[in-house]
Amino acid sequence: MTPRVTLAVTARVLTQLRRDHRTLALLLVMPCLLMTLLAWIFADSDSGVFDRVAPGLLALFPFIVMFLVTSVTTLRERTSGTLERLLAMPMGRLDLILGYALAFGVVACAQAALAVALSVGALGLDIAGSVWLLGAIAVLDAVLGTALGLFVSAFARTEFQAVQFLPALVIPQMLLCGLLVARDQLPRALELVSDVLPLSYAVDAMTAVCRGDATWDIASDIGLVAAFVVGFVALGALTLRRRTP
Amino acid sequence: MERGGRTVLDGLDFEIASGSITGLLGPSGCGKSTLMRAVVGVQDNVKGDLVVLGEPAGAADLRQRIGYVTQAASVYPDLTATENLRFFAAVVGADADAVARALRAVDLDARGDQLVRDMSGGQRSRVSLAVALLATPTLLVLDEPTVGLDPVLRVELWRLFRSLADDGVTLLVSSHVMDEAEHCDALLLMRDGALVADTTPERLKWETGCDTVESAFLEVVR
Repeated sequence: MTPRVTLAVTARVLTQLRRDHRTLALLLVMPCLLMTLLAWIFADSDSGVFDRVAPGLLALFPFIVMFLVTSVTTLRERTSGTLERLLAMPMGRLDLILGYALAFGVVACAQAALAVALSVGALGLDIAGSVWLLGAIAVLDAVLGTALGLFVSAFARTEFQAVQFLPALVIPQMLLCGLLVARDQLPRALELVSDVLPLSYAVDAMTAVCRGDATWDIASDIGLVAAFVVGFVALGALTLRRRTP
Repeated sequence: MERGGRTVLDGLDFEIASGSITGLLGPSGCGKSTLMRAVVGVQDNVKGDLVVLGEPAGAADLRQRIGYVTQAASVYPDLTATENLRFFAAVVGADADAVARALRAVDLDARGDQLVRDMSGGQRSRVSLAVALLATPTLLVLDEPTVGLDPVLRVELWRLFRSLADDGVTLLVSSHVMDEAEHCDALLLMRDGALVADTTPERLKWETGCDTVESAFLEVVR
């Protein structure tokens, strides 16, 4: 691994993103619009409902958005021939993956800052814990989406296939993460499945911060999500093959 | 070498001299690109011995010494020519002057700030070629580098290839345009994944009694 190369990848991806105004706008504005829609849906309901649902969705939106953007972007690199060229150069596989993860991590920070600020500010989300911790977890969730997207793009040949991984890999996690039914009230088999899914811990961490749980309880959830991130990044680097058929 | 149960390359046996230009010629689909990918070390399922610059093809430290230009321009369309070159220069560890030098070599120094997606096909492939010139490689593998370029530019590029060879760079250049063979020191003629001749332009013409490489090639493959 060479920091010079990792940072060159990060700078390049950010330059490309800066040129693509529409994608950048969607990345930053979309989660805010969705949170606003959510608040509006519950505007006439009992005031506690938004406070209960919002933390989970605050974890979910950055995860989904970054998953999609990352898997399509890296797939484009595979199909355009630039990936083959880079792998024929003295470039470490981890440099490429980490470079991408860092670049999208930067975007995730901006995205999470906006969504959290809007939710806690204008939308009146009541949280008992620290806003900073909430923001940090939102960033971590976005990075989780990036890491999973990087890994999954190895299994897609076309952008069509990459997008289909959303219903295959992300929607089941959404259904099982505790947003619809609390995880401990799921049928036992499904509860066990939800125990090994990364999004479950991402949502748990968000909900715990909003409830104002002890930081130590939240730390274990954060640690697990971080472990998933490291795992997906490592798997993503392993699936990058220098030799292809 | 096999792909999808079909043998793409079969029983190839050749050597190329260092500091020379070797032309790899043959009709499209005959396996030129696959052979080049094998030399660069990105082709899977290669059986047999392929020694490149004294090491097995694909060895890690060869990546520093081989420049490879694919048929399609492998650069980022949403970056400028200079931004592309700066990025690849950081990857290969080339110095700051290398970017300007490479742009000048492909006659694009006036277009450095133009986005690659706004360039013509020929300009794009020259940006792609410039990337391979960043690190002054020992071996330069060029897959159809002159396809789609105008005659003036083609002559200039061949002049560049010759000056690189004079500096000691070994070039392996593929083409399906036979008249380009006249610029090469050695020729490898391929058909259907097999080598049909390992020769020089003069010897090929002399042996077949033809006065152009194109007619000589047709003579050999018939």
